[in-house]
Amino acid sequence: MKRFLLALLLAFAALAVRAQLTIDITTSGGRQIPIAILPFAGESSQAQPVSPVVGADLARTGLFRLVNTVGVSPLPAEPSEVNFVDWQARSSEALVIGKVEALPGGRVEVRFRLFDVQKQSQLASLSYVVTPAQLRATAHRIADVIYEKLTGDKGVFSTKITYVVKKGTRYELQVSDADGANAQTVLASNEPIISPAWSPDGGRIAYVSFDQKKPVVVVQNLAQGTTRVVAAYRGNNSAPTWSPDGASLVVTLTRDDISQLYRIPASGGEPRRLTTTPAIDTEASVSPDGRWIAFTSDRGGSPQIYRMPAEGGAAQRLTFEGTYNVRPRFSPDGKSIAFVQRESGRFRIAVLEIASGQVTVLTDGGLDDSPSFAPNGRMILYEAQANGRGQLAAVSSDGRVRQRLVSAAGDVRDPAWGPLPAQ
Amino acid sequence: MKKIVLSIAVACLLAACASQEAKKDVPVTDLTTGTPSATTPTTTGQGTASTTTPTTQAGITGNPLTDPKNILSKRSVYFDFDSNVVKDEFRPLVQAHAKYMVEKRDAKIRIEGNCDERGSREYNLALGQRRAEAVKKVMTVLGVQESRIETVSFGEEKPAAPGHDEAAWAKNRRGDIRYVGE
Repeated sequence: MKRFLLALLLAFAALAVRAQLTIDITTSGGRQIPIAILPFAGESSQAQPVSPVVGADLARTGLFRLVNTVGVSPLPAEPSEVNFVDWQARSSEALVIGKVEALPGGRVEVRFRLFDVQKQSQLASLSYVVTPAQLRATAHRIADVIYEKLTGDKGVFSTKITYVVKKGTRYELQVSDADGANAQTVLASNEPIISPAWSPDGGRIAYVSFDQKKPVVVVQNLAQGTTRVVAAYRGNNSAPTWSPDGASLVVTLTRDDISQLYRIPASGGEPRRLTTTPAIDTEASVSPDGRWIAFTSDRGGSPQIYRMPAEGGAAQRLTFEGTYNVRPRFSPDGKSIAFVQRESGRFRIAVLEIASGQVTVLTDGGLDDSPSFAPNGRMILYEAQANGRGQLAAVSSDGRVRQRLVSAAGDVRDPAWGPLPAQ
Repeated sequence: MKKIVLSIAVACLLAACASQEAKKDVPVTDLTTGTPSATTPTTTGQGTASTTTPTTQAGITGNPLTDPKNILSKRSVYFDFDSNVVKDEFRPLVQAHAKYMVEKRDAKIRIEGNCDERGSREYNLALGQRRAEAVKKVMTVLGVQESRIETVSFGEEKPAAPGHDEAAWAKNRRGDIRYVGE
């Protein structure tokens, strides 16, 4: 059991001054790749240094151990200057060097190289020409490259997350970088906001607003800042989830009956009913291939997770352990489902492997809710409760690595992890 | 055959309602004095507007909906954990509102279902809806038209008590009756 406390100095990011975020990482078992990330030559003259962000990104996954680079002098900036024997002696398996250079016209060029220390070979070398304001985003892109080279999985450091912050009686829907930096409020209200869901292209967020003194489903275009109410029928309108093509939403409506599932066009329009039961059917999640809908239903007496064809039809029950299994979310590969399970009065995040029916409980909180997979399927972001306040937490899909994103901003809830940015 | 059984059930419920009302002296008289006055100031149009006027007079002809001595000022029906059964202790309250609705034909209400914080937000939203529906059902059986009652849910989003223990949770598992225009 190793424990790190990474105090991320977000003061570097001008926008995120008030979002001071501490990420508390716990890992148990498993191997960590020792990696040395050297300060990039010339980065200290920039307002936003690059290498600390790269290091923090990689360390946060729990899959890497940052090798001490103190006392290395002079700092190598070119392959010819690297003393591989020294890095072998420090038992580092990978090494990152880089350079930040100001270009005429105010832009900067960032170059980095990733080496395999044992083989003394270069694994990656890339250069980016960006504005100084893009340096932090560039650091995330570098971390994505390193992560993919060394683990084989796509990095998710350049993704966004959204969540709701409750400050007193005020609710804010915020969007931030995956590490919590650059938090921006995209919607503020004196009424609750719940269930934000990213469109597959990351350009829109569907959520449930209580501005009309009842739950209605709204789609907000992030770039334009425009909102459109897509479902405001009699009673409740809630639990939006996107189809993989972004053209439609599956929502829960009570307009004809108690909570049932409907499909509506993402731009609004006549709902088409998908379930017809005398029970609650809600919390839909559409499989990445678009063929299935997983959802919560209490048709069998207790709330359990079911799966049915995407256009409705016979449903198959997927969970059998316990009397409370809710809020399913498909993994990006469609092979498993994260959900909330109640066990002895505690609510925890669990994952179900669909083919085998195997359930693994991943967290040990008391009131864990709203699991959301990272787009590479390796981490699950969720809402945890501590001292009566919501906070964000993440757990690796194998349960080995846990992160807690402790924010001073207030009561943080209902997170959703955005898609990979378009290449 | 089924119809007969049902109508007897309704009759029994109504009878129960009447006998409850008879025991409590205040509500019935307040209601009858309140109704005619509501129809007189037609200049304001809606009857709902006039129901708020008597409050200024305080005392004999107060608004029954806000008079703390009147059962109609009580609006919350509390539920057991994981349950949407309207308990016997709250039936007089629901019955009083049903009677008021039957007499005051332009009144419309919203019943707002609520849950405690445990469990998923969206499933709680659906559960809150079911609680609101349970209260509505008692009222429709007593003769209130379905079209005059909208049921919505706030799930776990609007707790009445801020705590995180059973005492707070018990206050948060509730259905609130609100008159439209109040």
